[in-house]
Amino acid sequence: MTLTLRALLGGSVALALAGAALAETTITVATVNNGDMIRMQGLMDDFYAKNPDIKVEWVTLEENVLRQNVTTDIATGGGQYDVMTIGTYEVPIWGKQNWLVSLNDLPADYDVDDLLPAIRGGLTVDGNLFAAPFYGESSMVMYRKDLMDAAGLTMPDAPTWADIEKAAAAMTDKAKEQYGICLRGKAGWGENMAFLTAMSNSFGARWFDEAWVPQFDQPEWKATLDTYLHLMNEYGPPGASNNGFNENLTLFQQGHCGMWIDATVAASFVTGKDSTVADHVAFALAPDNGLGKRGNWLWAWSLAIPASSQKQEAAKTFIDWATDKDYLALVASREGWANVPPGTRTSLYENPEYQKVPFAKMTLDSINSADPNAPTVKPVPYVGVQFVAIPEFQGLGTTVGEIFSAALAGQKSADDALAEAQSIVTDEMTAAGYIQ
Amino acid sequence: MARAHSPRRMLITTIAAWGVALLIFFPVLWMILTSFKTEASAVASPPQLFTADWTTENYAEVWARSDYPRFFWNSVVISVGSTLLGLALAIPAAWSMAFVPGRRTKDLLMWMLSTKMMPAVAVMVPLYLVFQKTGLFDTRIGLVLALMLMNLPIIVWMLYTYFKEIPGEILEAARMDGASLWNEIVHVLTPMAVPGIASTLLLNVILAWNEAFWTITLTTVRAAPLSAFIASFSAPQGLFYAKLSAASAMAIAPILILGWFSQKQLVRGLTFGAVK
Repeated sequence: MTLTLRALLGGSVALALAGAALAETTITVATVNNGDMIRMQGLMDDFYAKNPDIKVEWVTLEENVLRQNVTTDIATGGGQYDVMTIGTYEVPIWGKQNWLVSLNDLPADYDVDDLLPAIRGGLTVDGNLFAAPFYGESSMVMYRKDLMDAAGLTMPDAPTWADIEKAAAAMTDKAKEQYGICLRGKAGWGENMAFLTAMSNSFGARWFDEAWVPQFDQPEWKATLDTYLHLMNEYGPPGASNNGFNENLTLFQQGHCGMWIDATVAASFVTGKDSTVADHVAFALAPDNGLGKRGNWLWAWSLAIPASSQKQEAAKTFIDWATDKDYLALVASREGWANVPPGTRTSLYENPEYQKVPFAKMTLDSINSADPNAPTVKPVPYVGVQFVAIPEFQGLGTTVGEIFSAALAGQKSADDALAEAQSIVTDEMTAAGYIQ
Repeated sequence: MARAHSPRRMLITTIAAWGVALLIFFPVLWMILTSFKTEASAVASPPQLFTADWTTENYAEVWARSDYPRFFWNSVVISVGSTLLGLALAIPAAWSMAFVPGRRTKDLLMWMLSTKMMPAVAVMVPLYLVFQKTGLFDTRIGLVLALMLMNLPIIVWMLYTYFKEIPGEILEAARMDGASLWNEIVHVLTPMAVPGIASTLLLNVILAWNEAFWTITLTTVRAAPLSAFIASFSAPQGLFYAKLSAASAMAIAPILILGWFSQKQLVRGLTFGAVK
């Protein structure tokens, strides 16, 4: 081989390598720190094997920091992120602002019709799917079957609030630090107000009427708050106004709670190796009052593409991989069915292997019983089960949460708390232009 | 004349000092202990100081899950870079304010300090846009500039206070001997002020190292320092406390060691001028 030929061949190889390097697209994915998302980062070898021309860089942040950063980026059209992990609260607001890329053109084998209708409905705005669900959750009753048996009671699969009170009374033994019910009391729009807003739906309450007038002065909200305070004061643990998800999880795992109404994802924790009561836990739907709505919420962490992204095709390829049926099978093959991200696809719940997971059916039933587009008994002008999908809600929800948390701590009466909430929310909604 | 202290009084003072020191150090101790616990014992109720199942698994997992050396190097570049750049600007500024003050020098000093009273979030969107438009977003040089500007008032104030203690006559003598302004600052003033400059440098390295708002807001991947490293292990539900503690311990260890070895200079610098 002549020197010239060698040089030409060498040059061709170098050009080919340079071309491949140039063709590589790097996308930045912003995500939250939870078990499912971290697991996905550990499975990227599968994505790279299928998509060698796409490189993924991760930005993992705490939920509130992530929300602040991606909101700033998307509102300023920054384009720093190509894929964002966002919740069902952001999707309707950002979708209406045209800040997100429609995912209606995902490949046919993505099988968008397989997405759970309630979850899909919460991520769709004006017919456009603006985010693909990575995992979904609702809330349900987790209870101690051994304590119920000892009390001679049986928890219905679909209990009423009266059933819950009866069970709470029977299971409470404060001398043994055993409390009938544990509920969120810590203030925050995603803490106590997620629970209380969902609970209020089952009492026929709503945040606003069709003219955006706050409804805290209505009897439905009074019934909600009275019931909540009664349950917690009579049968709840001490200092409950400081208890959020994690505090209640610890209490339940250590045998201090007869019942806990919270996120369906907690089911794997209370039946896991860190729980001292794992063998005694059973599940039921969130309670109702016979009004047609249950007190459960609906949430999904989903992947979306900001309109400012310059790499939308590569971002879509990633979302397709991370949220399709093959990904669920991949997780199952590597980590087992119990670790598959729940709450997104109908086919997962039809899988006989997944049906063996003890909380699978109740999770599906809970998700199916929530409707983000018709969350309340009476009509409302907003979307969202445990939140109101308007930009002002984060602030309003936290303010009202602080007021209700103070009522739980005994610092004010239920009537005073409701009057204060009504006054503050009315002022804010008037200032924001909702009330003319 | 120094007062003689009785042994009893010395004992009480020593116990009180140790008590206060332990109280201040307790959160750090708790974090370090938690980093060696399992997730279950980290959230045990009631909380336990010690556990039966110590583990180093959290450190292994944190190390495996993230690129610690990259975050660490970014922190070093950003904190040292912003401090050195700040000193380069602040030394001449403090010199002029200390030795050739104008009518408005005091007002200027107060105005500089007042910029520290503004909440950072108030300028978040404008600064975010400036960084985006100028290509400084997610770059180390961008963060060096941002943190330098943020800490400049403190650097100037510290140096000004220190320079005020140096007799102006010495600089005057140097000038009479024919020293240029450059020589006066570099060869006369700076050597005399080395302890003050060193303590200012150390304090600002610590401030820049611990800064979390701008370093998280203005970065994504490439320039993210250890503050972002910690944030990546935080979850609002309070899950993964043990791993979060391990990540935090890894993030503060370098600056704790630096603080430990330089505590004499730090204390001297911070208390300078307090007793005359």
